[in-house]
Amino acid sequence: MGRNRVAIVGAGMTKFVRRAQETGKEQAWEAASKALESCEMTLDDIDAVVIGSAPEAFDGLHMKTEYLSDGCGGWGKPVIRGFVGGGTGVFSAIQGWYHIASGLFDTVLVVAEEKMSSCQPHPQGAFITIFDHTTERPLGPNLLWIFALEMNAYMTRYGLSKRDIALVSVKNKRNAADHPAALLGDPHITVEDVLNSEVLAWPVQRLDVSPVTDGAVAIVMAAEHVARRVTSKPVWVEGVGWNLDTAYWTNRDLSYPTYVEEAARMAYKMAGITEPRKQIHIAEPYDPFDYKELHHLEGLLLFDEGKAAEATALGITQRDGDLPVCPSGGLLGVGNPIAAAALMKVAELFWQLRGEAGARQVPGQPKRGVAQAWGDLMQVSTVIVLGV
Amino acid sequence: MKEHVYDTVYLSEEDFTEGRVLFETWVPKARYAWDAGIAIGRYLAELKQGRLVGRHCPSCGRVMIPPRMFCEQCFAPTDLWVPLQDTGTVITFSICYIRWDMVRLEHPLIPAVIAIDGASPGMGILHLLGEVDPQVVRIGMRVRAVWKPPEEREGAITDIRYFKPLE
Ligand SMILES: [Zn+2]
Repeated sequence: MGRNRVAIVGAGMTKFVRRAQETGKEQAWEAASKALESCEMTLDDIDAVVIGSAPEAFDGLHMKTEYLSDGCGGWGKPVIRGFVGGGTGVFSAIQGWYHIASGLFDTVLVVAEEKMSSCQPHPQGAFITIFDHTTERPLGPNLLWIFALEMNAYMTRYGLSKRDIALVSVKNKRNAADHPAALLGDPHITVEDVLNSEVLAWPVQRLDVSPVTDGAVAIVMAAEHVARRVTSKPVWVEGVGWNLDTAYWTNRDLSYPTYVEEAARMAYKMAGITEPRKQIHIAEPYDPFDYKELHHLEGLLLFDEGKAAEATALGITQRDGDLPVCPSGGLLGVGNPIAAAALMKVAELFWQLRGEAGARQVPGQPKRGVAQAWGDLMQVSTVIVLGV
Repeated sequence: MKEHVYDTVYLSEEDFTEGRVLFETWVPKARYAWDAGIAIGRYLAELKQGRLVGRHCPSCGRVMIPPRMFCEQCFAPTDLWVPLQDTGTVITFSICYIRWDMVRLEHPLIPAVIAIDGASPGMGILHLLGEVDPQVVRIGMRVRAVWKPPEEREGAITDIRYFKPLE
């Protein structure tokens, strides 16, 4: 198939905060203008705009795409917003990719924005509506249930302890201490802090979970002939993949995310990756909860089933380990403004692969990274492989 | 990359309570009347009779609960209603101390996925466990439905109050 080569040439973001004074539109503009500035482009250089953002229910306004579009640089341009729950951030980069790979456009501005703090008394209220209205909602569920149920299935299947899993939270919150946009970076957090934090829905405790966050992230994507003109360090999109499992989530094996594996296989095939453990140098898997990082590393075929916790304990996933995982600090540390959080992972790979990650820089000049997001009713995965 | 980060204005709870920032509030009053549908409509009618039912796929042979009129894997119509037991096995569970709005619960809820006897392996439904010490709940525990008395049933998933241990 004839596909045009696509690169990321710029990235920018807002600081991630618990509650921003800015509206979603203002946040989108802040991130978009930073991304354009980073590659010395203006909106005149942009052919099309892709927006990523989570459900309207967070914001309490319908037609959110149209509302956000001005802040995303969408005025007078072809604009689209894709939505796959928590998988949206990486999916928006995938959409940016196929806008250009198809030959339809040369340059795309991708903006992911989330303002969760508006939803009162807690954005959890918006999440309840993901459960089936007839067979599940009358039981009084909340979003933590699905994570707690999945986490327990995963821990029990592989004989993992809370301590094994808490190491992920510690690693990511410590990594985030070096991220200038982070909400929850903490260089001194310990495993005991996580294990002693409030039990919300066992086995999930407060420090196992990423925080409610406001924030926005933007990247600029370009076709090869433009990319080579605007930067000496383009970061190429080498592969993309996405996959959706059934919504009958109580019928699935919750201990292994088959749909993550399917999405990863699609992306690896496109990227020509046959041995992901050797050919991938950095991973930014989706980590809204600490066990999810482990779950996703296994789905991404970077560790054997049930073995990612052991690798974490051995330090393999530390920033200076053999396979640095979430060197950004992830959702657990930088914060979790849904769609923006996952595009933050794509931006992190962009900075890491260009050697511009500052105090977070992974040693050894990494050449290839994978970012992955996850969402809907524990059923979707979106994967992107970037390389230099 | 610090120069690529826009320094967003951070607000604290006091900024709101002390009126230092302006904001607008709105409470949505949306109401919905959902159709149960063909498969779940029958499921609810059977619940009212104190029975669990599944649906059989002639192509893959799975007996599925919650029941459905088409098999999502074979993308073909299902053909038979299959009576199931009201017993099953806990596939996974949680002990939940908070409500959706983060208000603390005095008595924790124990949501669980329960594989129903008579359906294909791994075919679970979401429900609650009751009459059990949270400390002794375990994956693999055998449980039975505790039904509301017939006159209180209304054709809803809550016609089963909860599942309790068989032993
Ligand atoms: Zn079938």
